Amino acid sequence: MSDVVLSIRGLSVEIPTRAGVVRPVDGVSYDIRAGEILGIVGESGAGKSMAGNAVIGLLTPPARIAAGEIWLNGNRIDQLKGDAMRRLRGKQIGMVFQDPLTSLNPLLSIGDQLTETMLTHLPISRAEAEKRAVAALEEVGIPGAAERIGSYPHEFSGGMRQRVVIALALCAEPSLIIADEPTTALDVSVQAQIIALLKRLCRDRGTAVMLITHDMGVIAEAADRVAVMYAGRLAELGDVRDVLTRPQHPYTDGLMASTPLASQGKARLHQIEGAMPRLTNIPQGCPFHPRCSYAQDKCRAAPAPEITGGHAACWFPLIAEKVS
Amino acid sequence: MALISVKNLTRVFDVSKPWLNRVIERRAKAYLTAVSDVSFDVQERSTYALVGESGSGKSTIGRMLVGLLRPTEGTVEINGVNLATESDAATVDKIRSDIQMIFQDPFASLNPRWRVRDIIVEPVVARGGDATGLAEKLLEQVGLSALDAGKFPHEFSGGQRQRICIARALSSEPKLIVCDEPTSALDVSVQAQVLNLMSDLKDDFGLTYVLISHDLTVVQHMADRIGVLYLGRLVEEACPEDLFANTKHPYTKMLLEAAPRMDGFGREAELPEGEIPDPINPPSGCAFHPRCPVATDICRRERPEMRKLGDIRVACHLAE
Repeated sequence: MSDVVLSIRGLSVEIPTRAGVVRPVDGVSYDIRAGEILGIVGESGAGKSMAGNAVIGLLTPPARIAAGEIWLNGNRIDQLKGDAMRRLRGKQIGMVFQDPLTSLNPLLSIGDQLTETMLTHLPISRAEAEKRAVAALEEVGIPGAAERIGSYPHEFSGGMRQRVVIALALCAEPSLIIADEPTTALDVSVQAQIIALLKRLCRDRGTAVMLITHDMGVIAEAADRVAVMYAGRLAELGDVRDVLTRPQHPYTDGLMASTPLASQGKARLHQIEGAMPRLTNIPQGCPFHPRCSYAQDKCRAAPAPEITGGHAACWFPLIAEKVS
Repeated sequence: MALISVKNLTRVFDVSKPWLNRVIERRAKAYLTAVSDVSFDVQERSTYALVGESGSGKSTIGRMLVGLLRPTEGTVEINGVNLATESDAATVDKIRSDIQMIFQDPFASLNPRWRVRDIIVEPVVARGGDATGLAEKLLEQVGLSALDAGKFPHEFSGGQRQRICIARALSSEPKLIVCDEPTSALDVSVQAQVLNLMSDLKDDFGLTYVLISHDLTVVQHMADRIGVLYLGRLVEEACPEDLFANTKHPYTKMLLEAAPRMDGFGREAELPEGEIPDPINPPSGCAFHPRCPVATDICRRERPEMRKLGDIRVACHLAE
């Protein structure tokens, strides 16, 4: 596997609190290859954004990386500090956040923001940077890019702003994009446009994308592989088609079944009883066992196994269950 | 007879700058038509869903239904009574107690300083009713414990808070509950719990729901009749089977095509054109024509009337 862009090995994030040390991310490992979109899906509090923030070094103290390694293009980056990390961010990792208005500077025109980013990270002249800024805006589908280069963020609609953010994330030609809920604040019709744009750019440029979202539909359409997170741990990791059509982890299975689908009509929705545990109170053994209808003694006693063979971190994955 | 009858409902908001700014900057007054000439009926004990993207006027309609906003034009009649013009106080009060609302954000719609018991019985107590033991009974009906009555809202998760909101809405024994995005703030697994609860309560209490949502899958699952809104106008109304299988309006088609699908692996959706126009200066004729793939001259000139095609109502010149 030569073209692995990002490799996370056994990553754990800890936050000391008055109620003791909590682990919003616990022993998470995954790889993202060039040109691949890895979807990270989970409910609120599953630790999906926290893992993304750890990669770009944006954990807010006192949160810190407690264990594990993060490798980007063969270099270890989890121990980088200050300037070294800042050079990496923007140059090698681009970011797209949920709310485009808060990730743009309201006092600078979008042209200035693009050229500044390029001049910081790329060895090019100002004139060249300005030319590339127009090209970048054209590439993300902003009509009349040359005229709009001097416009300010408030002059754009939500969908257009998110396009500008994507142009910003891509302008220094990073090898990895972290997109954290990039379409959650947008309407369905605009969401479809933004997802298509991300897919196209990722394919054309061979950029690796970490797509963090709670929307299974977005994952199904955009991602190549998917990681399902629960209570800070990976529940399931694999090819998106395999995981969504033949889930092996009872949590993924329940999540899929609780989404209303056209085919099931007015029948009752499947319910996963209870709610995600609080971080201060994660159950012993497999964290999902109190809500799992297949749980046995082993699940309560021993932590869920590493993902091997199949794609679920589960002692009794569902495929085996259904065969027997 | 229909429980709710909405006729030619219009709501205009004045979004002008202050007087002095208008004089100095020589600007005219600006008006935003949030809801424009919307008519529909809701049958008793059914679920009527309003879907649309942001700015489509769905929440404004919901607020006019419960009386939080007054219509600029048109009427809302509930059980044949128009709350905006009815002069008999007793009739108004009777109808009002039949209407309740559930809001999107369960963190903002519960008073953090009140105990759950007081929150739930408020609609009864405010009318001078007797609420002994009512909160405990309702809490158990919405799947919480009677012991929760003495707690404060912050002790509950999002899904549990939405259950408290539902219990509060039920306490005055309403006939109609307007639910404005009741599950949008919730995770999928919790959403399933709340939607199931809403379906059960509808049967148990004989409720009528007006469900406001942007989520087509939720609407399809819950509704008996769906109205699709675009830029404050009702563009199509049908039962879910027709709306999803026999779609008439190009906007509805676009919305259905754009919605992500759980089985849409690697799907290249046909991408919608453009974005929602500025509601202060809506396009001439049919509001959807700048984005419509089949628009013709008449669409640019004339606003389409609502027409009946069998059981479907559609506002499009070209639909057949």
